[in-house]
Order: sequence, then structure tokens, then C-alpha cells
Amino acid sequence: MRIAACIKRVPITGGRILLTDDGRAINTQHLGFTMSPHEECGVEEAVRLIEANKGDSVVLTLGPPEAVEQLRDAMALGIDRAIHLQTDGQEWDAEATAAALLDAIRADEAARGPFDIIFFGNESADSGGFQVGIRVAYALGRPCVTGLKKVTPEGPSVRCEQEVEGGRDVYVVPTPAVLTVKEGLNLPRYPSVPGRMRARSKPVAVVTPRRPDPRLELVSLAVPAGQGRRAESLGAGAAAAPAVVDLLARAGLL
Amino acid sequence: MTVLLIDDRTEASRQALTIARQFGEVSAIAMDAIQPFAPDALAAAIAGLNPTAVVGAGTERGNDLLARVAARMNLPFAANCIAVEPGDPVVVTRQRWGGSLLETARLHSPRPLLTVAPHTVPADDGRAPPEVEVRPTGADTTVSVSEHIQPSNGGVSLADAKVIVSGGRGVGSKEGFAIIEELAGLLGAAVGCSRAVTSAGWRPHSDQVGQTGTKVAPEVYIACGISGATQHMAGLKGAKRIVAINSDPQAPLMLNADYTVTGDLKEIVPAISAEIRKRR
Repeated sequence: MRIAACIKRVPITGGRILLTDDGRAINTQHLGFTMSPHEECGVEEAVRLIEANKGDSVVLTLGPPEAVEQLRDAMALGIDRAIHLQTDGQEWDAEATAAALLDAIRADEAARGPFDIIFFGNESADSGGFQVGIRVAYALGRPCVTGLKKVTPEGPSVRCEQEVEGGRDVYVVPTPAVLTVKEGLNLPRYPSVPGRMRARSKPVAVVTPRRPDPRLELVSLAVPAGQGRRAESLGAGAAAAPAVVDLLARAGLL
Repeated sequence: MTVLLIDDRTEASRQALTIARQFGEVSAIAMDAIQPFAPDALAAAIAGLNPTAVVGAGTERGNDLLARVAARMNLPFAANCIAVEPGDPVVVTRQRWGGSLLETARLHSPRPLLTVAPHTVPADDGRAPPEVEVRPTGADTTVSVSEHIQPSNGGVSLADAKVIVSGGRGVGSKEGFAIIEELAGLLGAAVGCSRAVTSAGWRPHSDQVGQTGTKVAPEVYIACGISGATQHMAGLKGAKRIVAINSDPQAPLMLNADYTVTGDLKEIVPAISAEIRKRR
């Protein structure tokens, strides 16, 4: 079995987002980074599938040189090797990202055969485009199911459960397939110390794709105005309980 | 030349209609005409109609459908817009980080494709646009729904709950949620939690409120020991009243709540439960 997982490096934004002076990016000076949450579940699922079925697992990302940290994190969880599509840190739109990933996937498949499943996050935490995995699937001519909370290979097919209002829709599609997943698909493991050690010596192939002019071109970012909430203190400690219950009573909730 | 609305007959579609009308005369394709799921039929219809723009609701299915159309037709796609300025290029304002950040972007496209983030623009309650017929195509059979699983009927659903009692890292452990559950039980409320809690394995992901969990809209949201990272706040935009209980008065959620109680939730939450019992 061959499985790929595509991830994105994103800042851990904490409580309040600050922008750079030019208003075109998040000021990340004091922030850590992580892989986008949905994608972390794609990585975990890839590791579990290869543990159960043997084979080859690959993690791909398009991002700045520092994104190698997130590739190492994925390999610490058990992914075998990485492909880093290195950028100079400029923003890439979803179309360009998908095209670059497509080239890297095609090159890897030409050498080693098709991936049975390629995992993407349903949408990235930061830019939220909802489209990179779908674009790659259509370009490869493969079935694509999105927003998955459960994935079960069944012979030459894969059974996919998608969360919808009022339950789950089930799709059974032939592999090779492209699947976009959501947090809750699984509970990603914490990387072990030996896992981290092994990740250091796992191979990272670097390619440097050319950035095309974006067709969805970022002009500026803004933090939306707050919702105008003005916190009123109901007191401190257990003594505040009657005031809280008064509030619930006024709202007709008792 | 017409603007095409992908209409799923929901409030979110009527909000999308408000944006669609800014491009011109609107025609609609009813989603239920192409149920359960037929992006290829939709792409064929769009190619035939030649609309100036295609607009849908920024729901899970709306974003999925428009992204497929974009991939098939080799066009860019802007998801979750909240405002547009028609022109060449179209200028859109769209949500990032689940709405915690707004992006202004130029959409360079011969046929703009976009979705409208739900609950960000007023619904258009005027006359419904005329509907266009769509014919199914054979290509849509590879990916189709083969079965529907009903949700397990345990407790109050988070998305529809009128009251939510939610716990964060401050609850301290899986067992610590007993006092949260007790209060929720008394109020007929759903139990929620933050991402830190599901990552620690204290609660199932189905309880998570936030950008990568459930987006909620209760009358009252009681947040216990939740700091209020943007990840969590992105799920709270629909909450009418927020009550925050936290030992740190400077926690972002304490600053963004309507009402606050400062102190140890392990004392405060049981005291609220006791007070409710006393009054009944």
C-alpha cells in the first residue's frame, strides 16, 4: 500500500491575531507553528494504514524552509519520508499550491507507482480555501470525497464517512482515491522520543517550484471588529453562583 | 448574461442571493434537482448557461461543489466571501481562520466562482430567482452516497443546543468533567469543550466547539476554564450570551464574554448547580 498525506505549516495564533506593518500577513514573531489540525489527522491515518498493511508513506508540504519542522513532526509520528516543495515564504494561492503538489505527486508516482490514497485536510486552518485536494483529484482523474470522519479500506475500494447535518453520508469509491479529512477522524498520537530521533534521519526530498501569478491575489488582511461584548463581572468564586442563576432565570432557562 | 445561484433552499442560500444580485440578474439551480450530489451535472449546466458569475452558500456542501466546478473548469474559486465589488478583477472580502481574520483579495477570473460565508450578510427575502433545469450526467456515478447513517440519539446536539456548558484545559482531567455534566444535566444543556480537551483525549471530538469542531449558536454559552484561543472563538460567533468562568481575569475569553465570574471553576460550577437545586 502507498499513502501520501499533504500538510500545511500554520502559526499557532493563541488569543489575538496581530498583523505585520504592511497588513499582508500575520505577525508571527512571537508565535509557534504547527501543522493545520485536519491534516494532522490525515497524517495519523496514513501512519495507521501503513502499520496495518505495510508499504510506503510520504508527507508533502509546500512552504518556506522552516516547514521542514512540520515534515519532521509527521515523520516522528511514523511517516517514512518527505517531499518539501520549498518556497521563499510568499503566499501561494490554492490553485498554484495544487498545481505544484500535483507535479510532485506525479513525479513520485512515475518512479514508484500510484498512491492508493492521498490525504488532504478538508480546508487549511489559515487560508481556508476548501479546494486543494479536490483540484489534485480532478487533475489526476481520481475520485474525491471530502470532509471525512472515518476511512476504511475495503479491498480495491475505500469506505468513507462524511459528516452531514443529521448524521453521516457513506461513499464507497475505488482506489486510487483522494480523500480530504477533518479533525475527529482519529486522535493523533503524541510523537515518541525514539520516533523523533528516527525522524531526524528520514529522507526529505526538496524541490523548488516556480510561483505563478495568483488568480486569487491577496491584497490585505484585517482583524474584524469585535462583537461589541462588554464583560460584566458577576463576582468572584462560589459567592457569584446566585448571580449566575439569576441570569439563567432571566433568560428563561430554569 | 445571468448570474447563477446554487440554491439549496436554506437561509444560507438566501444570504448568498444577496451577494449574487450585486453581479446582476440571477438565475438559480436547485441543489435538490441534482441530489444527492452531482458536480459534473452542475459543471455541464454552467458551461451551457455561460453565466457571468456563480455563487453558492459557504456550507460544507456548497464549498465542496464550487471547488469541484472550479477544478473541472480550471477557474479560481474564492470560498466564504462576506462582501464583493464586481469588476475586473472582482474584489472579494473573505474569511480566513474560520472568520477570525478577513482577507481582501482580487479574483482574476473570466467567470468568478465564489461562496458566501453563512450568517455574514442579510438574507434576500425578495422574489425567488427563476430556476434553470439541470440534467444528470453519467460521470457523477463514481462518487455517490451509498448509505446514510443516523446520528446516535444520545443527549442534546451541540449545534442545536439552547444552552451549552463547556469546559477547557482548566477542568484539569477527564474526571473533572463530572461537575460540567452535572450542571449541563440540570439545565438540559449540551456539554461542549475546547480543542485542548479533545487533543488530551478527555472528551470525544464530537463535543468540541471551535474552528475545527462544531460552530454553535446557543442562547447561553457557559465557558468553564477555557482561555479563548481564536480556534475556539471561531465556533462561538453565533452565541447570544457568553458567561466565562476562569481564574485568569485577563484570559481572552474573559475579555470577550458578556458576563464573567473570576475564580476556581471547581468551586463555582458546583455552587451554581447547588443554587439551581435550591430554587427548584
